[in-house]
Amino acid sequence: MTAVICRNVIKSFPAGDDIIPVIRGVDLEVQKGEFFMLVGPSGCGKTTLISIIAGILHYDSGMCDILGHNYANMRSTQILDFRAKNIGFIFQSFHLLPTLTVAENVSIPLIINKVDRVEAMQRARNMLAEVGLGDRADAMPNHLSGGQQQRVAIARALVHEPKILVCDEPTSALDHDTGMKIMDVMKKMQQKLGTTLIVVSHDNRIFEYADRIAHMDDGTITHIETKNQ
Amino acid sequence: MYIIALKMLFGDRGKYIAMVVGVTFAALIMTQQPAILVGLLSRTYSFVGDVSEPDIWVMDAGVQFVEENKPLRSVEMGRVRGIEGVAWATPLFKNIVRAKLPDGNTKTIDMTGLDDATLVGAPSRILEGSLNDLRIADSVLVSDEAAKTQLRVKNADGTTRPLATGDTIEINDKRAIVVGKIKTTRNFVLQPQVYTTYSRALSYTPPDRKNLSYILVKAKQGVDLHELTKRIIASTGLAAYTQEDFEQHNLDYWMKSTGIPINFGISVALGFFVGAAIVGQTFFTFVNENVKHYAALKSMGLRNGVLTRMVILQAFVVGIIGYGIGVGLTSLFGLKFNDSILAFRMPPILLVFAAVGVFSIVTISALFAIRKVIKIDPAIVFRG
Repeated sequence: MTAVICRNVIKSFPAGDDIIPVIRGVDLEVQKGEFFMLVGPSGCGKTTLISIIAGILHYDSGMCDILGHNYANMRSTQILDFRAKNIGFIFQSFHLLPTLTVAENVSIPLIINKVDRVEAMQRARNMLAEVGLGDRADAMPNHLSGGQQQRVAIARALVHEPKILVCDEPTSALDHDTGMKIMDVMKKMQQKLGTTLIVVSHDNRIFEYADRIAHMDDGTITHIETKNQ
Repeated sequence: MYIIALKMLFGDRGKYIAMVVGVTFAALIMTQQPAILVGLLSRTYSFVGDVSEPDIWVMDAGVQFVEENKPLRSVEMGRVRGIEGVAWATPLFKNIVRAKLPDGNTKTIDMTGLDDATLVGAPSRILEGSLNDLRIADSVLVSDEAAKTQLRVKNADGTTRPLATGDTIEINDKRAIVVGKIKTTRNFVLQPQVYTTYSRALSYTPPDRKNLSYILVKAKQGVDLHELTKRIIASTGLAAYTQEDFEQHNLDYWMKSTGIPINFGISVALGFFVGAAIVGQTFFTFVNENVKHYAALKSMGLRNGVLTRMVILQAFVVGIIGYGIGVGLTSLFGLKFNDSILAFRMPPILLVFAAVGVFSIVTISALFAIRKVIKIDPAIVFRG
């Protein structure tokens, strides 16, 4: 089963009087439950491509079908609802709300999906236990280490059991050991929940976790590498 | 999400306090300054309000405020009494005269002379003695507040005491005995108020062809007061006002002829603009610093409508708390200076006025913040 199908996706950004093409006709398929990695040098279009896949950036032309839904045929509110339900996010700089407890942060996607607050908090605590932070549920994010904050972000991304998890440089703000531990957690959770994982990274230490790696350069996918290849 | 919005607000303690302080300041200025203005202006007609019995005040057409002395000829009294619809009419004397206290100190006093027969025109609250004591020879009633402050008497040992019942003073070199104390509402000119009978008041002042300051009129039952004032004006050529209209006439004079309202208006406007600047800027900074968090929430699927309501909630919570503290501080100020030399009166309309001001401030602040939040591109969460 295919989770993501992109066909000849093109995206440009205006820069003064010029138009800068950032994605130049990307074709891509990601299977459900796959651990898929997008790698490449800075400015090659990785982040723009996952933004398009996640539905937070419109593309200029081509086709992007996510879980059988073509963004081009959806209204912006439908895309929002689709995203809230089906896509989880892990950001490079965590983006945890500093004034909420860890459990409250994790509960946010559930609350956005209109889950009752009490139930949302319980599920958030359960998910924190899954990522090894059950005892820090009531802590404030700034009392946690970087690795712990990223594990909170993983719990937040997965708590509503999205079908696709989009991660942007999840280890770049972490030291090597912590980064590896985070990848272990992500891999474990991905396998347990059957989530499709799309990770953008230029950290070659974590390439081994991917089932497939798409190499990007100058807005195109130059080649796709399959594990053990 | 609204609980999250409140936690975002309360969690950023520095900005939250700054915003509440801004709103508090605005609410305080927008209630306290107008309350002082209203208090001051109400003192301009407090003498009128203290006189409860008559329905209509008749006076020289040139009188602009109650302390302005433009006396009438005494024959006007009879003319007014003869007008259809008038039940009774009594004279009232009011003028500033010189008084010598028992210690020899001289003061100017605001002397009121009441109709000898009826004593109509006296304040209703007699604290010492009785109104009928004015029938004793040379008797006067003195404002209790003035007796304690402006009319204090110096003792032989250098200490002072309030002017007391039984003390003898001189008014324009004529003997006057204090037979009691009355409670008067503070007036605008702050002269000590002394009451006596009309004929005695005339005896205390230099002879003049015109002595009658006001004619106090009671209308017959069922007579339309405004119709009666028109008849009095038409018949006598004098000015005639219902009690309420005379108070308004006083108020209009002070409002239009002095810079008092403008000065207070400037203070209120400053309070509004300074409050708006503090709250607007701090709230915008608060939203600006949370842009990445709002973007993260948007990327997770939170709709602009919910984000807008979160911002409105944050703004209005700040508004309500700041307004409450500001009005509370103004009320404490009012309690502290109640019935003191500082004028203060806070009618409910002032609370509405301040509420409109405060909620204009938070609405404007929220609108700028909402514009910012709606325009946030959720894709910025992927930009480091």
